[in-house]
Amino acid sequence: MCTTCGCGGDGATLDGHAHAHGAPPRPGRRRVSLEQNLLAKNDALAARNRERCAAQGWFTLNLVSSPGSGKTTLLEATIRRLQGRVPVVVIEGDQQTSQDADRIKAAGAPAVQINTGKGCHLDAHMVGHALDVLAPAAGAVVMIENVGNLVCPAAFDLGEAHKVVILSVTEGEDKPLKYPDMFAAADLLLLNKVDLLPHLRFDVEQCLAFARRVNPGIEVLRVSAQSGEGLDAWIAWIEARRLAPQQA
Amino acid sequence: MHELSILEGMIQGIQEEAQARGFGRVLQVRLEVGRLSGAEVAALRFGFDVAAQDTVVEGAELEIIEVPGSGLCHACGAEVELEARFDLCPACGDGFVTVTGGTELRIKDIDVEEA
Repeated sequence: MCTTCGCGGDGATLDGHAHAHGAPPRPGRRRVSLEQNLLAKNDALAARNRERCAAQGWFTLNLVSSPGSGKTTLLEATIRRLQGRVPVVVIEGDQQTSQDADRIKAAGAPAVQINTGKGCHLDAHMVGHALDVLAPAAGAVVMIENVGNLVCPAAFDLGEAHKVVILSVTEGEDKPLKYPDMFAAADLLLLNKVDLLPHLRFDVEQCLAFARRVNPGIEVLRVSAQSGEGLDAWIAWIEARRLAPQQA
Repeated sequence: MHELSILEGMIQGIQEEAQARGFGRVLQVRLEVGRLSGAEVAALRFGFDVAAQDTVVEGAELEIIEVPGSGLCHACGAEVELEARFDLCPACGDGFVTVTGGTELRIKDIDVEEA
């Protein structure tokens, strides 16, 4: 075994690797070993967010999906159902505009809008500051609506308890295979807009089989934010987990 | 596009190391990038020079060590190489392969100018 990196020895098939770690630094240079995760900074901030959530009893969900899956409509319906039971606050991520935060506030929950500008995802640093601004009550449910994007948000831990991926039936059933990182990172798949299924050629079983191929343990709920179908099960999912002890 | 923010975080980390350990210009950066890490090698190469501007890393050479994906098949128990997260087991054709390697995304080491 290679002592530099622990990879397999002589039979190594790694492109450009076998030769690479043998070469000493050229004269006049010094090699500094870092072994540092590229997402280390984000992960450290996410860990800090997670500790704050545990200390305050906040139950934090990171909602991820492609644009137009119905995240904001689902959030509005969720807020209305949770109202009176538990405080709910929302962190909204979009490249531009505060339209989503305005809709959430109209639905009755405090919300803060993060505009990422050119950025394609929220990171743990932004979320930490949003928590400062919102100052949720102890035991609150914190919903983070990530930027509509099935690629980049998968890589950035925000300190949430769970990633929830929302896929609407107006998208293709092969989305889990096309964007596997996101479906692998999520604990729950909400299949949204199921009220439209009679009008579509969307193979639900095929879609779920694809999702489970990427993530065998993923939970699935079929919902419609518009008709209300399945929302009781979604609320029950939140209630069961927010009361369970959280890990820091 | 998130490769650029990954690179910016990385370069900030190197800047902090440069201050803490007292080294100057960085001449080479070696990254380990797993096939299943979600980061695109071409995008990392593309963004590196831009992200390095006006930092101790400016002008450094970027070497990327690609690490193949690996997994363990639940059906036949084989340890297999994976091209993608959802690959079927190449040994038995079953769908349930747990990823065991190739998700790394890290700075291995850097070469710096001798003081």
